[in-house]
Amino acid sequence: MSEPTIPSLLYGEIEEELRATLRELLRDRCGWHDVLARIDTDEAYDEGLWKAVAAELGLAGLLIPEEFGGAGAGPREVAVALEELGRAVAPVPFLASAVLATSALLACPAGAARDTALRALAEGTRTATLAVTATTWPEAGFPLSVTGAWEDGELSLTGAVTGVLAVDRAELLVLPVIVAGEPHLALVAGDAANLARGAVTSLDATRPVGQVTLDQVRARVLAGPEHAERALGHAVRYGAALLASEQLGVAEQALAEAVGYLKVRHQFGRPIGSFQALRHRAADLWSDLASARAAARYAAACLAEDSPDAAVATALAQAYCSEVAVRTAEECVQMHGGIGFTWEHPAHLYLKRAMASALLLGTADRHRATLGALVDLPPAI
Amino acid sequence: MRERGGVSDTDNQPDDGRDDGPGNEPRAASGTAPDGPPAAGGPLDAAELRRRVADLVAAHDPTTMTSVEFLGHRFDAGLAWVHFPVGCGGLGASRALQQVVEDALIAAGAKVVSAYRNPIGLGMGAPTIVAHGDAESRARLLRPLWTGEEVWCQLFSEPGAGSDLAGLATRAMRDGDGDWIVTGQKVWTSLAHKARWAMLLARTDPDLPKHQGLTYFFLDMTSPGVEVRPLRQATGQAEFNEVFLTDVRVPDAHRAGEVGQGWAVSNTTLMNERVAIGGGAAPREANAIGAVARMWRDRPELRTPGLHDRLLRAWVECEVARLGNERIRQQLAVGAPGPEGSAAKIAYARLNQDVTRLWLELTGEEGLGYDEWTMRRSDMGQATLGARAPGYYYLRAKGNSIEGGTSEVLRNVIADRVLDLPREPRTDTKVAWKEMPR
Repeated sequence: MSEPTIPSLLYGEIEEELRATLRELLRDRCGWHDVLARIDTDEAYDEGLWKAVAAELGLAGLLIPEEFGGAGAGPREVAVALEELGRAVAPVPFLASAVLATSALLACPAGAARDTALRALAEGTRTATLAVTATTWPEAGFPLSVTGAWEDGELSLTGAVTGVLAVDRAELLVLPVIVAGEPHLALVAGDAANLARGAVTSLDATRPVGQVTLDQVRARVLAGPEHAERALGHAVRYGAALLASEQLGVAEQALAEAVGYLKVRHQFGRPIGSFQALRHRAADLWSDLASARAAARYAAACLAEDSPDAAVATALAQAYCSEVAVRTAEECVQMHGGIGFTWEHPAHLYLKRAMASALLLGTADRHRATLGALVDLPPAI
Repeated sequence: MRERGGVSDTDNQPDDGRDDGPGNEPRAASGTAPDGPPAAGGPLDAAELRRRVADLVAAHDPTTMTSVEFLGHRFDAGLAWVHFPVGCGGLGASRALQQVVEDALIAAGAKVVSAYRNPIGLGMGAPTIVAHGDAESRARLLRPLWTGEEVWCQLFSEPGAGSDLAGLATRAMRDGDGDWIVTGQKVWTSLAHKARWAMLLARTDPDLPKHQGLTYFFLDMTSPGVEVRPLRQATGQAEFNEVFLTDVRVPDAHRAGEVGQGWAVSNTTLMNERVAIGGGAAPREANAIGAVARMWRDRPELRTPGLHDRLLRAWVECEVARLGNERIRQQLAVGAPGPEGSAAKIAYARLNQDVTRLWLELTGEEGLGYDEWTMRRSDMGQATLGARAPGYYYLRAKGNSIEGGTSEVLRNVIADRVLDLPREPRTDTKVAWKEMPR
């Protein structure tokens, strides 16, 4: 079996600068107390923070080329941003808008609707989402739940999608639809007539999902049958590959919290971090994180280079990093003992983000199955 | 995966048993900084080293002599380890320039030095001799070590001192004329049956706490009273030896470092064990996972759903470990080594054990067989993939989490050095060694 040379798995200077800037912002404006307090309000997203991240730092436009007002950066930079946002469990619709919807738009052919949307996203004046059920995975079939019909030269959509990220927040919805039996991607305004939407109470309240129902809603075509499936697959794969970096960030923060506690919590007259049963588990988690970082970096680097190994790298990163994030967050709870099970401690924020992320864009098991097909390890007959 | 050279010898680590703070870290190759003046000539930059390689090859055509002869000339030219002092096979140059020499020699068609004959001497012996040997020892020992004429082994582990190396019991007592008389038993010694010299750690003062009563020696393995016996492993073969030392006389001139400083000296040795890093990235599906994957593809009748899931999980873990190793390599290349080496070793051991077990389960009936139990010596550690039956690799993998630092000790290393977690309370560091229960 041959595979391409492994690209750099380290962080470049620009990536480190981006990290430092974003980390400082999040430290000032997105402490875990802030995140926790927001869960008990009706405002799922921190609009001020999102404006700062998206528009002021310009991170919403990282993937968007400069000709549309974006930063013209790439997946490696997005991955670093996701690490930091994950670390903070930041309640902003970055994944939905700046990764999923943006990469779908970028994979659509140029056109007025697409280009206008990209400019608005790059400015940070609009937020978008990819209106698919968030548990979908790169190899899943094209969704059939929304159909479109041409009426007087206008596309009209009817149907419903559940489990959509940021659907109640987004001004723009990139929606996979079936028109005359053929896959299309359509652009719909969040406040369009005959469109109903709402969030549901979600496992991860910092990143809620919701549903959208459409009853003859006007839409514009972004991609026809020749592009739609590829564009959707591209977006979901991009999202899955880069989500691994967010999972890495969540795991890092969960381990940091746990290790910090192991140093200060005393029982039996000793810091509990001096007990080998806990030291060894912490060491194993750290080792897993080192591997997860390599896997997540490889996935981002393969996207950046448009590597032929990108599909393998994506499945690999998801198969590994989502389990590491969940395991680390679970251990964070356990190592804290009683306090880790309380509402007033941040451990459950990491746990919920990690667990919900493990369901997003393909479970580890789905991605292992994908890998089996990609590297010729077929199932038992 | 990073190869441990197949001869990583003991489960000793310098970390265990020390009662030090973070400011007391052993410094890898601390004594190998240049301490001799550069040889005459231009500044020791890459161009100058290439010129010296050209001079060496011009004066001593490697195609007309044995590799030992050429290696000798290379040593004399200071091109063995360029960062070693002049007279020790080096030039006092930057360690980073070593690769320039290697590349220039390859370009000149000279045989590349392989650590095959003398891996322990090259990897651990030489840095220790340079750092702690006296002038006479350096002059006597380094050149034949480099050429491979004199193989080295390491007499550290004992039946009663594995992870707790500092608890070792081999005694060295001074006799009337200042020499040392050594008695004890060492174990897990690779290449002892080939070795002319050994790095020996022995107890010179049992009245002191265990770390303080140790002294380090270079031992001539041909001395009277040295007996080497093969140590047969669970695989049936004997990669290692037991070494029995009975009233072995060691001249005081062969002491490395001061009396009682053996623990610090041994850290030079063991830290160099860990910095040995392989060349390029291993290809995908190298190691046992490749053998299992090929069997899976070639033998559909062996497949079951449960094994499929385990195979995919193992494939993921192996590939992630490979990427992790590549990331370590990339960090080293830009001069920013991280502490991931201990983690990589733990992962390698666990994965190799998982995968070889999976291999055996997949193999089914054939897995009930074994190629041979006859005790055979193996000079170079574990057999290469494909040379033995799957059962051999399953059994051999059990050693992976023990040799070169047990996985438990390595977890302590990570907990201490990376996570800076509080140490376990110790009861063995302040009390005289002879008072400790054994």
